[in-house]
Amino acid sequence: MTNVIAERAPLAGPESLAAPPAGRRDEFWRGLWVVAYRELLRLAHDKARLASSLAQPLLFFVMFGAGFKRAIGGMAPGVDFIQFLFPGIIAQTVFMTSIFSGLSVVWDREFGFLRELLVAPISRFGIVAGKVVGGAILAVAQAAVVLCLGPFLKVHLTLEIILTVIPLLVLFSFALSSLGILMASRISSQQGFQMMMQLFIMPMIFLSGAFFPLNNVPPWLSVVSRLNPLTYGVDAIRHAFLDPVAKAGAHPLPFNVVWFGHAMTLWEDAAVIGVIGAGLLAAAIQAFSSQE
Amino acid sequence: MDAIVAEDLVREFKDFTAVKGVSFAVPEGEMFGFLGPNGAGKSTTINMLCTLLRPTAGRARVNGFDVASQRSDVRRSIGLVFQDTTLDDYLSAEQNLRFHAMAYGVPRDVFEPRMEGLLRLLELWDRRHDTTRHYSGGMKRRLEIARGLLHHPKVLFLDEPSIGLDPQTRRSIWRHLHELRAREKLTIFLTTHYMDEAENCDRIAIMDHGSIVAMDTPDRLKAGVGGDVITLKSADNDALLAELKDRHGVDARVENGEVIFTVTGGKAWLPRFIRESSQGLMSVSLRGPTLDDVFLQITGHAIREEAAGAFDGLRRMRRRR
Repeated sequence: MTNVIAERAPLAGPESLAAPPAGRRDEFWRGLWVVAYRELLRLAHDKARLASSLAQPLLFFVMFGAGFKRAIGGMAPGVDFIQFLFPGIIAQTVFMTSIFSGLSVVWDREFGFLRELLVAPISRFGIVAGKVVGGAILAVAQAAVVLCLGPFLKVHLTLEIILTVIPLLVLFSFALSSLGILMASRISSQQGFQMMMQLFIMPMIFLSGAFFPLNNVPPWLSVVSRLNPLTYGVDAIRHAFLDPVAKAGAHPLPFNVVWFGHAMTLWEDAAVIGVIGAGLLAAAIQAFSSQE
Repeated sequence: MDAIVAEDLVREFKDFTAVKGVSFAVPEGEMFGFLGPNGAGKSTTINMLCTLLRPTAGRARVNGFDVASQRSDVRRSIGLVFQDTTLDDYLSAEQNLRFHAMAYGVPRDVFEPRMEGLLRLLELWDRRHDTTRHYSGGMKRRLEIARGLLHHPKVLFLDEPSIGLDPQTRRSIWRHLHELRAREKLTIFLTTHYMDEAENCDRIAIMDHGSIVAMDTPDRLKAGVGGDVITLKSADNDALLAELKDRHGVDARVENGEVIFTVTGGKAWLPRFIRESSQGLMSVSLRGPTLDDVFLQITGHAIREEAAGAFDGLRRMRRRR
């Protein structure tokens, strides 16, 4: 076997085995592919994370579903609490997975692996894009698993709903992975990571309307929740699920987000997320490229 | 041709200057070492050469590519082994290497035999499917060396290659490095604060407080100390001092009840002295000069091992899972 080392392989050419200079575009795609691939590979290896990410939605169904279904009763004509909760939990699953995927940059830095990426001939933009795409794939896959629970919970599901929801989830996942990467560039330790989860991410999730309606909360909370970008994600997904279900004449649903008497539509929600997401992605790339 | 050329490299951080204008050239095929205590600016210099840090001032070329303007070309042509492990320890050795090959765009059909060759040489082939979390420190370092060489770089950078390893493991790492160097015709650039490790290098630059204070082969640096270090002990050290001064023209000093001095060609000088000496000698020792002596002589202080030790401990604690 030693001759493999002693002689340079014929394909290598005189310089190096590494890919010949092919410009920025090649470095972007290679970075994207490599980082996204690793996200998936790691999840497959990290059984605990895999199990907990699937158990969490189930837990929320049992806790909130069983706990509040009787107490709260119908949310709108034709919409019971489980039907209200289901889109919220899908949204929450995507939020958690995506933000976590972005924040995992903290881990990579802490355990050194980030340096292997930073010195490789791949672009920083490609690394960020890979994280975002990898996070989106994971998030949508997990949401798909939760979707499979739908029929058992008597949730109204059609192909049309699924085809509307999935692109929305991808869009939200992009925005939130970017948010995670942006946060990761500001924190340098696992302690910081924990703090970020407790002080920032959990409140954001609880104030997004994922688990309870925001139309009957005190005014200050109503304002805070409407400034929370996650709220628009939850609202959009809920539109996709419940607009076809709700009886005619019930629109807008009482729990939809309302600004100055105008109830946000699905596409308006998506546009809000799209704009915020683009800003976050640009900021994440900026933050990641400027660190040394 | 020179594999690495640095001209007046400077790196400033917010509140201090880590590297204060260093210049050197490393010819192809040389093993060149940066020796100095922690905080001397060695790692900062290596990070600038491998494009992880931008120089504040000055220029450097690696394999003919400028480290500021041709970063991708530099990266493609070098291999790196960092001080702290940068393996993904959820993955197996083979997956770590495969990942590296993807990142560097090494074609698959080239990768397989190359990986096998390197893993066999570094004695990791049988353990290639194991998760690297279960590897020992020495195995991790070997795997990182294999990974650093996977894309066939012409220059290998090693930042403190044997830090935190036991002496036996350190020796085996060095055996592998020498073998790889011969086979791959590598230029090796390394940093270390171990004197004995620096002895392996063809040439060393001694670095202190951000500047290069000496640069030569280990032998010539040691020769500059002025010969061998002889330690004598006698019943009457003062008489011994006088005898050395009067009859041999040697300036000696007394330390801990022993008389210490340096003479050139000490091995021939010492038996003659013992035969002729009128003093009752109680003990005699002779040693060649070490790089420690060189460092002490040039900088006026010893390499701050104790401070370095505390720093490493902290660093390891932080890295621990």
